[in-house]
Amino acid sequence: MNFIELGYLDVAFAAALLIVNAGLSIAFRLGLAKWLVIAAVRMVVQLSLVGLVLKALFHASSPWLTTLAALVMVAFAGREAMARQERTFAGYWSYGIGTSAMCAAALSVTLFALTTQFETRPWYDARYALPLLGMILGNTMNGVSLALERLAAEAHGGQRAIEARLALGADSRQALNEVTRAAIRAGMIPSINSMSATGLVALPGMMTGQILAGVDPVEAVKYQLLVMFLIGGGTALGVFAAVMAGARRLTDSRHRLRLDRLVAKDRE
Amino acid sequence: MAELLNVENLSRPGLEATSFGVPAGVCAAVMGASGSGKSLLLRAIADLDENQGEVWLGGAARSAMPAPRWRQQVSYVPAESGWWRDRVGAHFVEPDAAVGLLHQLDMPPECMDWPVARLSTGERQRLALARSLVLSPKVLLLDEPTSGLDAATTIHVEAILHEKMASGVAILLVSHDDEQARRMAGPRFRMSAGRLHREEAA
Repeated sequence: MNFIELGYLDVAFAAALLIVNAGLSIAFRLGLAKWLVIAAVRMVVQLSLVGLVLKALFHASSPWLTTLAALVMVAFAGREAMARQERTFAGYWSYGIGTSAMCAAALSVTLFALTTQFETRPWYDARYALPLLGMILGNTMNGVSLALERLAAEAHGGQRAIEARLALGADSRQALNEVTRAAIRAGMIPSINSMSATGLVALPGMMTGQILAGVDPVEAVKYQLLVMFLIGGGTALGVFAAVMAGARRLTDSRHRLRLDRLVAKDRE
Repeated sequence: MAELLNVENLSRPGLEATSFGVPAGVCAAVMGASGSGKSLLLRAIADLDENQGEVWLGGAARSAMPAPRWRQQVSYVPAESGWWRDRVGAHFVEPDAAVGLLHQLDMPPECMDWPVARLSTGERQRLALARSLVLSPKVLLLDEPTSGLDAATTIHVEAILHEKMASGVAILLVSHDDEQARRMAGPRFRMSAGRLHREEAA
């Protein structure tokens, strides 16, 4: 492929732009210089390590190592998705619901793509499996995180309305109808937005990367379309599964609203 | 005396185990200070919170029927009503069936088209009672149903409750108002710190 290979010196030149940032921060006393340096160093270290790990995984081409890497990614995604929630399920329920919904959705959509569209030989070829999983997982994580946050907030704020419906003889599914719909919508909107704005507002990162690497733009567009559909499917599955499981946990077999199973995070 | 509502060793956090009954056509009043557990008692009977014990409706045990079917027959109307749609009418199963009732409650029929957000406290209270009554429950669990109403409207609400009692409905009424309890003319209970006592007729 005809792409321009970057030397380490080229990267270092680009990094020099950070000096401008740091200079501005010092001149205007923004107090950001320290955070800038830490963030930049973290980025360099994390990405360099990922590059090395990916290289090793591609070389090893082992189903076990690829699966292990995928599970590590899912575990991190589960932690990240719950990290900034204001109200979560008590105990391990939040992490469990979020992670298993994401895991089921992202892994099944990735496997679907690997076995039907890419038809890689073998299916566990890390060069395809891990970047695809990463893109699908990242978006599913956002959707699941937003949906569960909304579910908890709506149930907490809507206690009176939900219990009024229960008191009038509605079952728990009917009584939570409005809440689950709002939660699913909150989880789906980002991926719908990114589908409708893509190409107009910004070129997607993956497509840009392929074009820079010398791929024909039309080919790059096909790749991007496929990935966007996979992301849309994965997000929908993950959001739906997480909201259904969350709504179940919010009610019990006697059709009661169980807000006692939620905890507010900031009290710790 | 055959009781229609029978509470048997009912308890939950904040409520000590209690047993009592309310016969058909009778309104039992529960008095007591705020926070003494009166609302907890009504919520426990309606099975809206976790609780221990058994409640009977005639010969039918609560635990033997699905909770939604129990709550349709044993209708809990909280002091603060909840609303889930924008328009009043969307909260009624059959808005037309409520017209006569609304008239008795001094509400015009067009109130079904009003936005819930514009209702006054008293209007919400009357409409919340009406949407329960149109489901024809056999037992009413009422938490301060007239606290936001003026004297004249209070009498109208009590007249409706008397009508329901005449048709065989049993009522458990939480009230702060001694006079109201006297007008409803049933047995009286007093709740203090989660313990329910029966008061002897004065």
